[in-house]
Amino acid sequence: MWEYAPAPESRDIANLKPAYKMFVDGKFVEGTGEPLKTINPATEEVLAEVSTASESDVDTAVKAARKAYDRVWSKMPGSERAKYIYRIARQIQERGRELAVLESLDNGKPIKESRDTDIPTAASHFFYHAGWADKLGYAGYGPDPKPLGVAGQVIPWNFPLLMAAWKIAPALACGNTVVLKPAETTPLTALVLADIIQQCDLPPGVVNIIPGAGDVGAALVGHADVNKVAFTGSTDVGKVIQGQLAGTNKKLTLELGGKAANIVFDDAPLDQAVEGIVNGIFFNQGHVCCAGSRLLVQESIADELIEKLHARVSTLRVGDPLDKNTDVGAINSREQLTKIQELTASGEAEGATRWTSSCPLPDKGFFFAPTVFSGVSQAMRIAREEIFGPVLSVLTFRTPEEAVAKANNTPYGLSAGIWTEKGSRILWMAQRMRAGVVWSNTFNRFDPTAPFGGYQESGFGREGGRTGLEAYLDV
Amino acid sequence: MSDRLTVAKTYKLYIGGKFPRSESGRSYPVTDSKGTFLANAAQGSRKDARDAVSAARKAFGGWSGTTAYNRGQVLYRVAEVLEGRREQFITEVATSEGVALKKAQSLVDTAIDRWVWYAGWTDKIAAVLGSSNPVAGPYFSFSTPEPTGVVAVLAPQQSSLLGLISVIAPVIASGNTCVVITSQDRPLPAITLSEVLATSDVPGGVVNIITGRTAEIAPWLASHGDVNALDLTGAPESIRADLERSAAGTVKRVLRNKVNEDFTATPDMSRLRAFLETKTVWHPMGV
Repeated sequence: MWEYAPAPESRDIANLKPAYKMFVDGKFVEGTGEPLKTINPATEEVLAEVSTASESDVDTAVKAARKAYDRVWSKMPGSERAKYIYRIARQIQERGRELAVLESLDNGKPIKESRDTDIPTAASHFFYHAGWADKLGYAGYGPDPKPLGVAGQVIPWNFPLLMAAWKIAPALACGNTVVLKPAETTPLTALVLADIIQQCDLPPGVVNIIPGAGDVGAALVGHADVNKVAFTGSTDVGKVIQGQLAGTNKKLTLELGGKAANIVFDDAPLDQAVEGIVNGIFFNQGHVCCAGSRLLVQESIADELIEKLHARVSTLRVGDPLDKNTDVGAINSREQLTKIQELTASGEAEGATRWTSSCPLPDKGFFFAPTVFSGVSQAMRIAREEIFGPVLSVLTFRTPEEAVAKANNTPYGLSAGIWTEKGSRILWMAQRMRAGVVWSNTFNRFDPTAPFGGYQESGFGREGGRTGLEAYLDV
Repeated sequence: MSDRLTVAKTYKLYIGGKFPRSESGRSYPVTDSKGTFLANAAQGSRKDARDAVSAARKAFGGWSGTTAYNRGQVLYRVAEVLEGRREQFITEVATSEGVALKKAQSLVDTAIDRWVWYAGWTDKIAAVLGSSNPVAGPYFSFSTPEPTGVVAVLAPQQSSLLGLISVIAPVIASGNTCVVITSQDRPLPAITLSEVLATSDVPGGVVNIITGRTAEIAPWLASHGDVNALDLTGAPESIRADLERSAAGTVKRVLRNKVNEDFTATPDMSRLRAFLETKTVWHPMGV
């Protein structure tokens, strides 16, 4: 056996500053809200102080976005908008390493994920959408589709920069201006993106970034001069926002929670399936709305699969997010850790069998060892509620029909996974999944060209692809 | 004209392919635009709405699972049967809406043509709205539009046939099933349409039609957990925001089209798009 040797990325690369300001009308300004301290969830140390927006700052930001929309952005030819957006894509690539380290510091996700997934995919979203800016007439919404105006966007903490890219890139490509509120616990990379936007010489007010808590988000989506609201986050908050927008003319898209079924048939290549299951639930500590959190295994192979799964999960390294060997990083906040602990306790109380990896955990910071529940029934909370953590619930089925019924037995409908060698069965199953994304013999794949979004209470509207443009056009 | 006494029709609801009276036992008088009594229509209740949702849910798997070609033929068949009832619809629209026969004729003709237009969409939606996604990796990725599910449709209050058809046809063309609350004061052409649907090849439960007070029944549909989407077109202005708030409780898709939409204008795809989901499927490529 080899001795374990940590390979930590240097935190100096993040260019961490002691204080960050909000970005309004092309300038970094002090917000008049109560400043927040953002912490490193792996160590609980304060990373930086971040100024936040008050209600009047929200108004200032919306006014700046309106002015930029009326005077500059809506009048600019699409071909010029495109070049600005391409610039942003390139700068994200150029500063990719800095952004990756900063993301892992602020969010707690493993550096290999921020480096290989979050940051490159954020750049690719800008690059992809840049090309649409002068081709909207070909998108299938008529010869000259118009933008909506000012977009108010609220994003979550699980993919801070990537979600900012998913929101800002299509909005700008379609000719809208933006006020974006990053999550309270992960504001830093969005503010570096603001720095990039400033360096790209985007006209002042086209993008405004205002940190803060839920009240800032509520003020933003409720602002009378916002034309479009896009929200990614929990289903509970999504419902509140949809209710808040009732009776207005604001266009709304929601990307909310999920409780995806990952379905493994008896003919699946098991080793490959195990990798997919592990990726499906332990990627990003399970802080993924489309995580494969309900494993549905065909009964005849359940014991064998669970054994292989335990063996594989035992090898996952949990710890320092900046260590390039780390597979599972820190839980993003104490609040989230408490929620995961509470739900796993309910799994035990309701009679499911708990298995938890014996991997060592760091002494400080928010960590949760990968956990697999077997003997789970559909009525249990761990089978119904989104845990948003590294916790997998295993259920079984006998026939494909039963697998379909159990997979769809949820108010959510964001994603699903299917593992089988039989092509016709994949297509039959995929057709029957009431879910917006179906991964077959793979899981957690994302691309700006592939529309992403939910059925039912996982939200409405799509992000990515030609389909995703509809959310930012007046059509 | 003979002196023969005509056989008056009993106007009932249309739920699950059957014509029940309202479970509530209520009816309300329907008059023409001058206030002359025409008939009693069933005054649908919360229970009727729930029964209709159950029927629509039951029909969803079958209807959404038929081939697009088959759905196209079924819808085209409806247009054929509509054409056969053209004279009856002209009289009913003229009476209900208080328009001259010539105007009614034009409205009915447009309505039949509108149905044909949507019938032709069934097997083209996926090609126009779907995509093959050129993802950056060794995967085949494609996206297809799929029906949202059960749609509650509040039919326009003014346009009793053309408006009605313009809101129903796009919903079912893509494979959704629906519960329709008709125009409150002009419900009779809708009942006749339900007879057309029952005698075409549209499976029972795909379209369910309820007459009665829109403001009384709509809130139950807006909050119903098994309704996926809500078309507010015919909702009274005073309750639109409340209905939207209720719909938010289960994240329904809500179409907020204008109260006085001009249905004589040529439509675009927006009503089709409003009740479609996009499903993206991925599979690795390799040997």
